[in-house]
Amino acid sequence: MRHLLSAADLSRDEAELVLTTAAEMRSLADRPIKKLPALRGRTVVNLFFEDSTRTRISFEAAAKRLSADVINFAAKGSSLSKGESLKDTALTLEAMGADAVVVRHSASGAPYRLAHSGWVHSSVVNAGDGTHEHPTQALLDAFTMWRHLGSLDGRKVALVGDVLHSRVARSNALLLQTLGAEVTLVAPPTLLPVGVDTWGVETSYDLDAVLPKTDVVMMLRVQRERMSGGFFPTAREYSRRYGLDGRRMATLPDHTIVMHPGPMVRGMEITADVADSDRSVIVEQVTNGVAVRMAVLYLLLSGADTDDEGLDA
Amino acid sequence: MTTYLIQNAAILGGAPTDLLLRDGVVAEIGDGLSADGAEVVDGSGLVALPGLVDLHTHLREPGREDAETVLTGTQAAAMGGFTAVHAMANTEPVADTAGVVEQVWRLGREGGYCDVHPVGAVTVGLGGQQLAELGAMADSAARVRVFSDDGHCVDDAVLMRRALEYVKAFDGVVAQHAQEPRLTEGAQMNEGELSGRLGLTGWPAVAEEAIIARDCLLAAHVGSRLHVCHVSTAGSVEIVRDAKRKGVDVTAEACPHHLLLTDELATTYDPIYKVNPPLRSREDVEALRAGLADGTIDVVATDHAPHPHEDKDCEWAAAAFGMLGLETALSIVQETMVDPGLLDWAGVAERMSATPARIGRLAGQGRPIAVGEPANVVLYDPSVRRTVEPGESASLSRNTPYAGMELPGRVVATFLRGRATVLDGKLT
Repeated sequence: MRHLLSAADLSRDEAELVLTTAAEMRSLADRPIKKLPALRGRTVVNLFFEDSTRTRISFEAAAKRLSADVINFAAKGSSLSKGESLKDTALTLEAMGADAVVVRHSASGAPYRLAHSGWVHSSVVNAGDGTHEHPTQALLDAFTMWRHLGSLDGRKVALVGDVLHSRVARSNALLLQTLGAEVTLVAPPTLLPVGVDTWGVETSYDLDAVLPKTDVVMMLRVQRERMSGGFFPTAREYSRRYGLDGRRMATLPDHTIVMHPGPMVRGMEITADVADSDRSVIVEQVTNGVAVRMAVLYLLLSGADTDDEGLDA
Repeated sequence: MTTYLIQNAAILGGAPTDLLLRDGVVAEIGDGLSADGAEVVDGSGLVALPGLVDLHTHLREPGREDAETVLTGTQAAAMGGFTAVHAMANTEPVADTAGVVEQVWRLGREGGYCDVHPVGAVTVGLGGQQLAELGAMADSAARVRVFSDDGHCVDDAVLMRRALEYVKAFDGVVAQHAQEPRLTEGAQMNEGELSGRLGLTGWPAVAEEAIIARDCLLAAHVGSRLHVCHVSTAGSVEIVRDAKRKGVDVTAEACPHHLLLTDELATTYDPIYKVNPPLRSREDVEALRAGLADGTIDVVATDHAPHPHEDKDCEWAAAAFGMLGLETALSIVQETMVDPGLLDWAGVAERMSATPARIGRLAGQGRPIAVGEPANVVLYDPSVRRTVEPGESASLSRNTPYAGMELPGRVVATFLRGRATVLDGKLT
């Protein structure tokens, strides 16, 4: 494995290797010393062009538990805002000898550019790019489901909310299908992308019809500013039609878990009583995020220095 | 002035014959010509076409001389077989006054590589609020006849109506950049399956088609002439076809890149493929070719859009829209239209010389290759294949999407009123 740019890069074997590796990493958390020497002497750069404290500290914790040196690089202005260009930032990191660059960027495809432009030779991990993908989020979501439900073959997963603008939804739709799950995207028609019929997933505009048949319900963050974009009339109407509240939660099968990638807008897509309920695995997702990111960094950096583009980890 | 004797060239791909270019005109055509002191050009295997005319070129001067100048842009034009280009108005300052259009026109004359006909802005500063002094530009030394806010759509229906009406006074034409602005806010690529997958904001076909349909209705209503820039979708072709059938005085252009490339290239996230309107689907490409073949699309125009390296060497969303086009246009028309049998060389001359000259109301351009006509001639070798090397471009910029691609054909010589601007495939 050289880069992790898209959940589509992972074959089923590779995805399962990440999950089983993550399980080993997670067992570390129960030990008194939570640190492995695996990446001693390697340098991981967290290159964040967009604020995301939770993802950044998750990667930071993951790299540190593997004994890597971590540099946090918060690039204040991207070239979108006429700051330093992505290329110049990349050349700077290359000159500092980064082994892996974990990049978060507001522009879709920025990590792909970084990996394929020839500017850097390090491994590139996509930590969320624009409205494109967030593959480690999908991996930690799959890992969380896997721990609760076992194999995902034939499991029904509903992703509910702003699919159009969601990198989490794109990565999950890809990865969960790779792992054998049946994905249903639930959203108002304005928040489903054009061409979603080619994604191989089910779509529905009716949350109430989907809930009684699903094994996992993942609520996606809905930004209030989408309202001014005319995607839905009011926050209240959105919540009424697509929010997960106690009444709707009661229609779920007993074993169904409730997930959210965070940060939540309580009262918008999910009510506080649901978020804090026994079904909610939202906090566990955060814990699992560190283990999964440890697995990804470990698989990217601990192997031989292969230059091939493939993911034959 | 040098007299040129071109031997054994195939005019519009016909039987080989000789041409004598003397004193700026085609002096003689026939077999076995001779002329004392004439420089002989071997035309064996070459097609002779009338000098090409581009209705849509960005020369960037004044204002962005780091991307292109009138001189380098016209040199690239000559290398591509063009003897006249229309320089778009989105310069800095905008070509919205007689002063600016005369400056651009004069720079073209001083360079001498290709006639430069400035396009005047429709609205002051391309702002879409108030008509620019169209009459002053029409009456200036540049004799502007084509007006466009290209890069921006004249989306206000009243303003568009007034512009269409107003230019009738001097036989002008409004060339519309058809893009409904609200439907394309933040748009990055063709809206479709790929934009959804790549997470790039979509530029839907309907945003182009809605404006073209409206403008055709407006042009019919006020009895004016309309030209549609860079038609890119199958639906647009259908609307223009229908409007023509109903007798609307509308002409349309297609760009070489829209005849060849598709939105699939956006999967590379390499903004060398970022252009406005965006690369579309395979079905759109096929519809454009068919429309160009049947005359629904009247002309091929390059939309040559030079950009400095740093504006393309970045992430997609941060990059500028546009690609080079002058030096590869004829090759792409051969590849997409001539070689598949959709258009013969006479058709190419029609779409790339005669018709654009007529739309731009250019005297002395787009004329047939005939005795007594201005000696604007291209010699083109359709038999060779070449790999596009950006570094070899005469343009100041390097943003060609065809780098490394093998394309057919090569311009061997270009004559502008009897003077060679390109000989042996090199600028003179």
